Amino acid sequence: MSLLIPDSGLLFWMLVSFLVVFFVLVKFGWPIITHMVDERKKYIDESLESARKANERLAQIQEESTQILKQAQEQQSRMLAEAVEMRNQIVEKAKTEATVEGQKLLAEAKKQIDMEKEDAIRDIRRQVGLLSVEIAEQVLRQNLKSDKEQMAMIDRMLDEIITK
Amino acid sequence: MKKQITNKALTLIFSLLVSLCLFAPLQARAEADFNASEMILEHIGDSYEWHFTNIGDTPVAIPLPVIVYSQVRGEWFCFSSSHLEEGEEYQGFRIAREGDYEGKVVETDAQGQEVRPVDISLTKNAVALLINSALLIAIVLGCARWYRNKLVTDASPNGFVGIMEMMVSMVYYDIIKANIPVHVQRYAGYLLCAFFFIFFNNLIGLIPGSANLTGNIAITFVLALCTFLMVNLFGNKEYWKEIFWADVPGWLKPVMAVIEFFGIFTKPVALMIRLFANIMAGHAALLALVSVIFITFSISAVLGTLMTPLTIVFCVFLDCLELLVAFIQAYVFTMLSAVFIGLSVPQHHE
Repeated sequence: MSLLIPDSGLLFWMLVSFLVVFFVLVKFGWPIITHMVDERKKYIDESLESARKANERLAQIQEESTQILKQAQEQQSRMLAEAVEMRNQIVEKAKTEATVEGQKLLAEAKKQIDMEKEDAIRDIRRQVGLLSVEIAEQVLRQNLKSDKEQMAMIDRMLDEIITK
Repeated sequence: MKKQITNKALTLIFSLLVSLCLFAPLQARAEADFNASEMILEHIGDSYEWHFTNIGDTPVAIPLPVIVYSQVRGEWFCFSSSHLEEGEEYQGFRIAREGDYEGKVVETDAQGQEVRPVDISLTKNAVALLINSALLIAIVLGCARWYRNKLVTDASPNGFVGIMEMMVSMVYYDIIKANIPVHVQRYAGYLLCAFFFIFFNNLIGLIPGSANLTGNIAITFVLALCTFLMVNLFGNKEYWKEIFWADVPGWLKPVMAVIEFFGIFTKPVALMIRLFANIMAGHAALLALVSVIFITFSISAVLGTLMTPLTIVFCVFLDCLELLVAFIQAYVFTMLSAVFIGLSVPQHHE
């Protein structure tokens, strides 16, 4: 039964040493460790929380960026379409303008040509007139070389006038 | 590389076991008059010298100081226990061989009666207790030192400090914070002390040649007493009301008060007995298994040789089990203390 009866000497030493262990560790041991463990736990929790927030923010930003990209693409295609349309319009306009201008030019050229033609014709007529007068003069001179012939001529002409 | 080392270690352990098996018969033959129960009780109990082994007939032991106050003569005595070897008498003191004070220092009073002086000798257990306490303080303060000049943002500790931190966190969160709703800081220090004190002493106790501290009732008595004080000194009004004026029908109230009042004392007593009995029984079982070698050899050399390897395998198994028990008992003691403390500061009572 001696096992079940606490020995007074050992009891004394146990009290002394356990109290020493208790006070030393409570003062200088555990608080430092538990404080650090607590702080680190808090820090880890906070870090996890902020990481979660950062992830959310990142996802949001990604969403936003894809949105922006999509908008940009849309705008780009719209602008491209507009540009194509505008080009077509310009080309069309240019074409019509060119046609109108061409026709105007053509008409003017025609007028000019007509005018020149008329001029030329008039010129030719005048030339022809002059030539024919000259020729007629030559012919007359040839025919009226002799006085007889001159008289015959005058006679015929007078006849002609009288018969009229 | 690591595997190679493991292999080498295994080979070493195995060859050590084999050589032990071969060596055991030689040793066993030397102890023909082997008494198992005496050996076991000697190992479990306390003594005035730290006895390691016998080489031949020469004991290898460290004599320890005997400190006694003689009530007969009214003065203090302090001398080495080597003076009291083999029943010798020194300055009127001797170690009793039989009777109520068997194995203790006694003196003879005027009537010729054997009486116990006030004995605060540094016995084997007391010395081991002082050494272990100093070691525990050194270890924990060493760990606490690591945290000096460390910021929260620094990396967590590795190696030994890491293990300590893991265990401290386990006790702190799983035992203390999980069971105690308020004033955590007031109790955390004591419960951490209790856990590490018990766990450390359990482990040291498993080393052959060391003292069986947590298997000694004086040690567990003080621990249980501390829990008792922690529970009852800081218990709040609700706690005392539940004990003396429980929420039960009127005629049951006095009965419950008596039961609850005894409960105040049975709880720590259960703590004391549980730890003491578990560790003591573990040591006893281990020693009994070792005794099998010597007993079988005293019957016949063949039987002894056959039984030795088997016994050693069992011993290794039991040692591993005791490692587990060392942790579990420390955990259970701390956990129950925390539960009792938690119950002594109830919060939301309707």
